[in-house]
Amino acid sequence: MISFSPSEEQQMIVNMVKEFNNDHVRKVYRECDESGEIPANIIDTAWELGFIASSIPEEFQGFGGERSALTGTLIAEELAWGDLSMAMHILCPALVAMPVVEMGTDEQKKQYLPSFCGDKFKVATSALIEPRFDFDPAELQTTAKRANGGYILSGEKCYVPLAADADLLLVYANEGGNTQGFLIEKGTPGLEIAEREKNMGIKALATYELSLKDCKVPKENRLGGDAGCDFNRIYNLSRVALSAMAVGVGRAAFEYARDYAKERHAFGEPIASRQAIAFMLAEMAIDIDATRLMTWEAAWKLDRNEDATKEASLAKMYADDMAINVTNNAVQVLGGHGYIREHPVELWFRNGRGFATFDGMAIV
Amino acid sequence: MIDFELTPEEQAMIDAAHKEALEVVRPISRYYDEHEHESPKDFIEQQWQQQAQGGGSILGLGVGASLRILENCWGDAGLMLVAPSSGLGGAAILASGTQEQQANFLKRFGEGEPKWGAMAMTEPGAGSDTAAIQTTAVLDTETNEWVLNGEKIFITGGQRSMESDGLVVVWATVDRTAGRAGMKPFVVEAGTPGATIDKVENKLGIRASDTATLILDNCRIPYENILGSPEVRRVDSSQTAGFKRAMATFDMTRPIIAAMALGVGRASLDFVRETLEKEGIPIRYGLPSHKLTAIERDVMEMEAAYKAALTLMLRATWMMSQFQPNSLEASMAKAKAGIVVAWITQKAVEMMGPLGYSRKYLLEKWMRDGKINDIFEGTGQINMLIVARRILDYTREELK
Repeated sequence: MISFSPSEEQQMIVNMVKEFNNDHVRKVYRECDESGEIPANIIDTAWELGFIASSIPEEFQGFGGERSALTGTLIAEELAWGDLSMAMHILCPALVAMPVVEMGTDEQKKQYLPSFCGDKFKVATSALIEPRFDFDPAELQTTAKRANGGYILSGEKCYVPLAADADLLLVYANEGGNTQGFLIEKGTPGLEIAEREKNMGIKALATYELSLKDCKVPKENRLGGDAGCDFNRIYNLSRVALSAMAVGVGRAAFEYARDYAKERHAFGEPIASRQAIAFMLAEMAIDIDATRLMTWEAAWKLDRNEDATKEASLAKMYADDMAINVTNNAVQVLGGHGYIREHPVELWFRNGRGFATFDGMAIV
Repeated sequence: MIDFELTPEEQAMIDAAHKEALEVVRPISRYYDEHEHESPKDFIEQQWQQQAQGGGSILGLGVGASLRILENCWGDAGLMLVAPSSGLGGAAILASGTQEQQANFLKRFGEGEPKWGAMAMTEPGAGSDTAAIQTTAVLDTETNEWVLNGEKIFITGGQRSMESDGLVVVWATVDRTAGRAGMKPFVVEAGTPGATIDKVENKLGIRASDTATLILDNCRIPYENILGSPEVRRVDSSQTAGFKRAMATFDMTRPIIAAMALGVGRASLDFVRETLEKEGIPIRYGLPSHKLTAIERDVMEMEAAYKAALTLMLRATWMMSQFQPNSLEASMAKAKAGIVVAWITQKAVEMMGPLGYSRKYLLEKWMRDGKINDIFEGTGQINMLIVARRILDYTREELK
């Protein structure tokens, strides 16, 4: 039966993230964007909330909670409302953990999942994007070729979050026309991580280019073993995660612009009492809500193990447009003040533009 | 628990409505567009049988009912409005009538000959600015009757309501100096002396549906025909009881208008998809945007916009069925659906070129039909204004 009300448990989790945002994230996110660093205690505190361990079965030391893409979107939206860089950092280990939970072999689960359930933030990440404008996740230029009972990976990747510190990377490569994932441990010969990238937005998130130069990977490290992985599903899980994050960023920008418009006076009254401003805000609110609902539907479908390519790709497409339009309008509502870094709307505007680029950088 | 699954009963209702739209409505759709003031008698009779079985009301509206209406309008939005029902008049009676009034006025829609109900708000000098209404209602204390005088225009189904044994809910002021506070809804039953249909409009679209002018000339109705209290409460004008009731009605009907719009939008989208399919042109979902053809991109943008409006409509309807206040969400849904469907239908005509513009097919009709949803029950702009006031927590004085 159709319903739009989150369960009590989901609402509790959302409230917990709200509290975390207010107590920690929102106190420092602006400085983090300037410095490019996220304080370790924020990451540790977030880790204690157990976003990742909660979806890992008990037999691998997780909390054994129900794995739900829908719950994941609620968390992703809320975290991204706090700050997108931190949201991506906090959820980065999921880029490896969730595909292994869903598609890993028994050996892979045994070997890797317990390390996501410890006391310390597990630095793990995945590499999908390649540095070219016509990047296509279904036709990667990074290749995986069979050789000597294993694989040899070659290619270039970029926008790999936390790569320098990661002790486990899930690298996606083109294996005979299909995209497959390969689990590569830190220090594997041929895996070369370059300098940290400098981006327009998500400046507090450390991202890296990396190259694979004839990098040898044992066949046991192919995600899902002989069966391989269902990359389409992984990519759809990523689409809904990013759409939810776009909603979070959009909502942050909208709320700030709305409050500003009620405070700021011009011609003797708040600028919000003029339709030119009020209608911009109304349109922002409508598109934020619409994106959230579309994202929920796609996530709901994924939770039923159905193909959600159409729903997830339409939601992501809508979310990409919404994110840039809403954040752009938020800057516009603030006018000159929006352009000044004293106000955060320019940060959200820079982050908002990124959603068209951030393929596979988050997952639920 | 967030859920997007329809119940089997809802699905069955939607499937039945779709089948009927396809088999009964579509074959006569073009005829009644081209023969504007002709009545589709067989269709009316058949709809009446169904309606009477269902209790004669469009209300008790839940998600399933809104999706059924969507299917009806996928068939034909004009004919959907011609199907006999208590209509917006019934909605107003349900929103602000007593139990007794509801029983008294709505019973007729489940028995006898086909009947219609309508709501009369707009006047020649007052459209969206409903507080500027000039039609008056004066209580004759000797006879204990209300005497109505004025002119109401753009009444959807007004002619059929007055020419059957139906009714029209007329909004009139009991005190012109009181603005919105003085506005009250009155039930004018068909056959009441002094209430006459003056004109039936020729329109851009939804031509099967009549849009009428009602003249009230010393029209006397019983005291009991006022919906709600006759008392004029001068508080802050945005919070007056009379006006609030009108708005409560709109909170119920706006998601329905959104559903109607979406039916027309999906008809257009389906036409485009089917035409492309026939030509062997696939829509490849999930490709990166740089690999999409212009046609694929257009179709996906139309589908995404449609989905956006659809989910907003479902949320507003669901909230209504849960008895949650949904004024903001209802206006969001209506504003979005109105804009989106006007755009989708126009875009579809553009994309289909000579097929789109020709009256040989229904696409051009849907572009004309779809536009009404951005206008009636509050224009897109009025709905944006309501959304804006809600999100800003502003009164109508603070945001004009």
